Amino acid sequence: MIELEGLTKRYGEKVAVNNLTFAVRPGMVTGFLGPNGAGKSTTMRMILGLDRPTVGDVRIDGKHYDQLRDPLMSIGALLDAKAVHGGRSAYHHLLCLAQSNGIPQSRVAEVLDTVGLTGVARKKAKGFSYGMGQRLGIAGALLGDPRILMFDEPANGLDPEGIHWIRTLMKSLAAQGRTVFVSSHLMSEMALTADHLVVIGQGRLLADTSMADFIQRNSRSYVRIRTPQRERLLDVLYGAGVAAVEADGGALEADGAGPEQIGELAARHQVVLHELSPQQASLEEAFMRLTAESVEYHAHAGALPVLDEVPAVPARQAWGSDWQKKGA
Amino acid sequence: MAAVQVVRSEWTKIRSVASTVWTLGIAAVVTIALGVLISALVDRDWRNMPQEDRLAFDPTYVSFAGMSLGQLSMIVFGVLVVSNEYSTGLIRTSLAAVPQRGTFLFSKITVATALAFAVGLATSFVTFFLGQSMLGEHSTSLDEPGVLRAVIGGGLYMTLIAVFSMGVAAMLRSPMLALGVLMPFFFLVSNILGNVSATEKVARYLPDQAGSKIMQVVPPLDDDAVYGPWGGLGIMVLWVAAALAGGYALLRHRDA
Repeated sequence: MIELEGLTKRYGEKVAVNNLTFAVRPGMVTGFLGPNGAGKSTTMRMILGLDRPTVGDVRIDGKHYDQLRDPLMSIGALLDAKAVHGGRSAYHHLLCLAQSNGIPQSRVAEVLDTVGLTGVARKKAKGFSYGMGQRLGIAGALLGDPRILMFDEPANGLDPEGIHWIRTLMKSLAAQGRTVFVSSHLMSEMALTADHLVVIGQGRLLADTSMADFIQRNSRSYVRIRTPQRERLLDVLYGAGVAAVEADGGALEADGAGPEQIGELAARHQVVLHELSPQQASLEEAFMRLTAESVEYHAHAGALPVLDEVPAVPARQAWGSDWQKKGA
Repeated sequence: MAAVQVVRSEWTKIRSVASTVWTLGIAAVVTIALGVLISALVDRDWRNMPQEDRLAFDPTYVSFAGMSLGQLSMIVFGVLVVSNEYSTGLIRTSLAAVPQRGTFLFSKITVATALAFAVGLATSFVTFFLGQSMLGEHSTSLDEPGVLRAVIGGGLYMTLIAVFSMGVAAMLRSPMLALGVLMPFFFLVSNILGNVSATEKVARYLPDQAGSKIMQVVPPLDDDAVYGPWGGLGIMVLWVAAALAGGYALLRHRDA
C-alpha cells in the first residue's frame, strides 16, 4: 500500500504536484493517468524518496521510504529505462542492485529469465534497444520480489508483443495480491490494464475511482442514426427536444434520448432509418474532457469536423478573431 | 541496510566497467614510464648539472616526476566513479536501492579509495625502483632516511588526488564540469600560481603542492615551506575532507 497525504512539490513559483492525497491498494492495478507534464514522474520520485516533498507525506506500508530496510524487497520501481550505465552488462547491473539489498545472487538469473533477457545478460547495456532497456528496468523492479511495484510509462518504446507482455505481467502481479501502480498518458492503455484509476492534471487530483465507475461516469453515450431523410428527422428530433449533430459520413449523433425513443419517434413520423445504434464515446475522449483544462501544453487544433445542424450554442467570439476580418 | 552490502555492491559496480581499468592503468603506466624516462635523462645529463642542483639532488623525487601527468588520469578515475551515476541517470536507481545517502556515497568512496590506494602504492614502488635503476650511481635506496616515507607517500598522494576528485564530482555531478574544473586546475593553474612569486605563498597550500611535499626526501635549496612532509599531507587531507563534506552535504539535500 502506498499512501500520499497532501503531497506537494514546488519548484520556485511553479507547482508541479499540488496537494495530492490518495492511496494505492494491493491486489489490483492502479493506473496513474495524466497528460504529459501533469506531475506523474515527480510524484513517483517523491514516493521513492528521491525528491523531497515541499509539503506533505508519503508512506510505503506505513513507513517512510528511508525507513525501509532493504527497500527493493518492499517496493520495486521502473522509472527510466535509460538509467543504466551503458558499459555495464545487464547481469552486473542487476547484481549491483541485488547485493546492495542483500538479495541472493540467484535472483538475478531468475528475473533475467522472467523478462526474457537471459540471452543478452552478459552484453553491455549500451547495445540494448529501448524495449530491452525497459525490460531490464522491469527486471530490476522485480529483483527483490517486492509486494509493491511501480512502473513509470512501462509501455513506452515496447513493440505490440512487448506491450501485451507487460500488460499480462502487471495483471498477474496484481492477481498475486501485490500493489501495482503504473503511470501512463494513454487512457486506452489503462482501460485494458487498470482496475482503479487515479487521474491528475497540472499536479492536482482530478479523479480517484474504480475503472468501471470512471467509464460509467465519464463516457458520453449517444445514438448513431443513418437516414436518407436527414432534414426531416432533424426536424422531428428538434421538435421532440432531442439534440442531434451531424457526424462523419452523413450520420447523425443524438444525445439525451435512447434508441427506443428515437426509433418510436421515427416510426411515428414515418422516417426511414438505415441505422440506429447506441454508442459510447471512447475513454480517451472522456479522459481528454476531464483533463482539458489542465493540459499544460495545448496543441491548437483547428475547427472540429462537426457541424452543428441544431444551433444549440452560438459560437463564442474568440478573442482577437475580428482582426483577421479587418485585414482581409 | 548493512553498509557491508552496499560496499559489496559498489565493488561490483566499479569492477564491471571498463573505465576503471583504463583510467587506473593509464595513471600507472604514465607515471612509471615518465618517471623512468626522466630518471634516465637526468642520469645522462649529470655532468651538465649545476653544482647547487647537485647539492639538492633528490633521486627519490626525480623518479616520481611522472606523477604530475599520471595524476591527471587519477583525477579522471575519481570523477568518473562518482559522476557516472549522474550522467547515466543511474543515481535514481542507486538511491532507490540505498536511500541512506551517506551510506551510499561513502561506500562508493571507500571502495574507489581502496582501489586507488592499491594501484597508487604499487605504482609508487614500481616507479621508484625502476627510476633508481636508471639513476645508477646517483640513486638512493629504501634504507636511506625518509625514502620509504616518500615512496609510501607517493601512493598516498595519488590516492588523495583521486578522492579529492570524487568529492568535487559529487558536488558538481556532471563529469564534463568536474573534469573542466579539475584538469586545468591541477595541470596549469596550480603550477602557474606556484611559480609566480606574488602567489607562491598561497599556492603552497593548494592540495597538490602541499601533498607532494611527502615525496621529497631532500628539500630544495630555496625551500622555505612552513610545513614538513606529513604537515603537507595533512593540508591535502583537509582539502579532501572539505571536498567530501561538500559532496555529502549537497547529495543529502538535493533532489535526485
